[in-house]
Amino acid sequence: MDALSTETIDSETVGTETVGTARELDLATTPLRSLNGLLHGREVEGHAPLADEPVVIRNPRGAHSVAAGLDRPLQVTIDGHVGYYAAGMNQRADVVIEGNAGVGVAENMMSGSVVVKGNASQSAGATAHGGLLVVEGDAAARCGISMKGVDIVVGGSIGHMSAFMAQAGRLVVRGDAGEALGDSIYEARLYVRGTVASLGADCVSKEMRAEHLEELATLLKAAGFEDDDPASYTRYGSARSLYHFHVDNASAY
Amino acid sequence: MTQQTDPTPDHLAQRGLRPSATFDAATIHDIQRAAATGVYDIRGGGAKRPVPHFDDLLFLGASMSRYPLEGYRERCDTDVTLGGRNATYPLRLAIPVTIAGMSFGALSGRAKEALGRGASEAGTSTTTGDGGMTPEERGESKHLVYQYLPSRYGMNPDDLRKADAIEIVLGQGAKPGGGGMLLGQKINERVARMRTLPQGIDQRSACRHPDWTGPDDLTIKIAELREITDGEKPIYVKVGASRPYYDVKLAVHAGADVVVVDGMQGGTAATQDVFIENVGIPTLAAIPQAVRALQELGVHRSGADAVQLVVSGGIRTGADVAKALALGADAVAIGTAALIALGDNDPRWQADYEAIGSSAGYYDDYQDGRDPAGISTQDPELQLRFDPVEGGRRLANYLRVLTMEAQTIARACGKSHVTHLEPEDLVALTIEAAAMAGVPLAGTSWIPGQGF
Repeated sequence: MDALSTETIDSETVGTETVGTARELDLATTPLRSLNGLLHGREVEGHAPLADEPVVIRNPRGAHSVAAGLDRPLQVTIDGHVGYYAAGMNQRADVVIEGNAGVGVAENMMSGSVVVKGNASQSAGATAHGGLLVVEGDAAARCGISMKGVDIVVGGSIGHMSAFMAQAGRLVVRGDAGEALGDSIYEARLYVRGTVASLGADCVSKEMRAEHLEELATLLKAAGFEDDDPASYTRYGSARSLYHFHVDNASAY
Repeated sequence: MTQQTDPTPDHLAQRGLRPSATFDAATIHDIQRAAATGVYDIRGGGAKRPVPHFDDLLFLGASMSRYPLEGYRERCDTDVTLGGRNATYPLRLAIPVTIAGMSFGALSGRAKEALGRGASEAGTSTTTGDGGMTPEERGESKHLVYQYLPSRYGMNPDDLRKADAIEIVLGQGAKPGGGGMLLGQKINERVARMRTLPQGIDQRSACRHPDWTGPDDLTIKIAELREITDGEKPIYVKVGASRPYYDVKLAVHAGADVVVVDGMQGGTAATQDVFIENVGIPTLAAIPQAVRALQELGVHRSGADAVQLVVSGGIRTGADVAKALALGADAVAIGTAALIALGDNDPRWQADYEAIGSSAGYYDDYQDGRDPAGISTQDPELQLRFDPVEGGRRLANYLRVLTMEAQTIARACGKSHVTHLEPEDLVALTIEAAAMAGVPLAGTSWIPGQGF
C-alpha cells in the first residue's frame, strides 16, 4: 500500500472521478478486469492508482465477480444489482451492494463485511471462513453452504438446503428457513426466528442458553437488527450422530 | 494333523475341486466381509481389475520409411508449456510428467514436501489436494498447482495467489461423481484446523461444488478466479474419465486453459471399492475422445490459443508417457507411481505390512493412517520413517527415468520432441485396444469401428 498515493485525478482523461472523498468507478466505461485490478491495488493503465479512499461502483448492471478478491481495508459501495460472486473471497474490505446479488455473493469470504441491501440468490456466503455477510432481504437456496466460520445474518427468509455441511460460524435468519436446514451440519450454529420447513439429516433444535442469547444479540446488533428479541429465536445445530460412519445410520445417508 | 500347507491349484484340481470363475476366492471373501461388518469396503489406490491399457499398444520404430534420431546425440526435447491461452504466466515445465493432486491429510506433510522436492528437481509441477496448501509444499515446489475442490477445505485466496496455476476439480478417475472421505483416525489437530473440522471425526468431502452447477456456471466461476488472480494464472479443469468427449468440450467452452482427464486406474486415498472398480472408463479409452473434442474445437496443439490435455491414471513407465503423448496428450500426471517412487509398498517394511494384514505390493489402506512407509499417515512416529529429502531424490530419479525412456522411444520414431509422437506411430495388440485407441491392430490396417 505504500506505493499507492492519493493523486489529483483528471476525470476527463482517466474516466474516473472523485465524488466528495469517494472515488467513483463506472463499469459502463471501465472493463471489469481494470476495475478489480484497481481495487486490488494494482496499477491499471489509464487510471490513477487507488489509495484507501472509499469507492463507489456505478452501473454494475448485474455484472459477475464485481469487487472479487479484495484483500485490504477498503470501503466499497456498489450502486445497483450484481451477478454471480460479488465480493467473492473478500478479505478485510467492507462492501455494500445497493441492490440484489446473484449466486455466491461473498463466497469464501475470509474477513471484512458484505451487506446486500436487497435479496441474494443461491449459495450466499458459501464456504466463507470469516467476516460478516448481511442480506437485508431474502436469501435463496443453499445459503451458508459449507460455511467455515463466517457470520451470516439474513433479514428475511432463506431457501432449502441452507447451511448444508456447515462446518463453523453462525447463521441468523429473521424469517423462515426452507427444507432440509443444516443437512449434515458440523459445528456451525443456526438461529432462526420463524418456521423451519424441515431439518436436514443430523440437524436438531437446541436449547438457547445465556451464551447463545448473548452471541445472537451481538450478531443482530452488528447487522443492524438490534431491536429483535434474541429469545424469540430457536437455535439449531448438529446432533453429531453422523460424525463417525456406523451401519445403523445407513438410512440417514 | 500336525502341519497344514496351502494346497496348490494343481493339488486341488487333482482332487476334483474346481474354483468358480464367478465366485472366485476374492469374491467369496468380499461377501463374507460384507456379511460380517455390514459396511462396504473402503480402500485407496485405483482399479485393480485388468482393463485395456498402454501395455496393449506398441510403437512402430523407424526403419526404411522413417529416419530415427541418433540416441544420446541428436536432440529430443521434452519441455511443455501449459496454460498459455489466457494466463499472463503459463507454466513452463522441463518434462511432460507432472505430479497429480494428493492432499495433505491423505499424505503426511513430509510426503507432500518430498513430492515438491522431487518435482522441482526434475523441473515439473506438483499439485495440492483436498486439504489446502501447506507451507512445506509451497516452499519446496517450483511450480505448484492449487486444487479448487467442492469441499473448499483450507481454500484461501492468499494461497490461490501464491499458486502457479489453479485446477478446478470436478472429479477424479477413481470415482467420477464421488466426493472424498478422510476417516477420523487421520484427522489430527493440524489436519482438522486446516479443514475447519473437529479433530478425529470422519470427514466427508462434497461431490458437487457449493456455488456453481453445470458448464454455464463454470464459465462464470472461471472468470471469477481470473478476476481474483488478475488473469495471471492458468486455470485447469480436471475431470474423471467417464464422458470425456463431452466433458472436455464443455470445459473448453467454459474457458479452461488446460483440461486434465483422469482414467479409472487413477488412484484415490479412500473410496468405496465398488466405486473404484465399476465407475469410469480406462485411461486408454479416454484419451482419443478428449483429443477429438479438442481437435473439433480447433484447440489441440494449435499454438498460442491451444488448450493442453493432461492425462493421468495408470502411468508407470516412459513407454506409458510416450503412448499418452502419441495419442495426443500434452503431458501426463502421476500419483500412485510417485508414491511408489517415494517408498510406498517398499518390501523393507514387509513385517509391518503383514502385521496390519497386508503385504508389500498389496498395501492400499491409505484411508486408515497406519502406512508402514510413513507416507499416507498423520501418525507422528510413522511419519518420521519417511525422509523427505531422500524421498524427493528418489522421485526426481524416477521422473528422469520416465523422461529418458520416453525420449528413447521418440528418437526411435524419428521425433525431435516427445510431443511430436503421433497415433500413426502406434499399433494395438488387441482388438479392444485398437478400438479404444483408434490405432490399427498390429499387422493390419484395421481400426475397429472406423470402417474398412
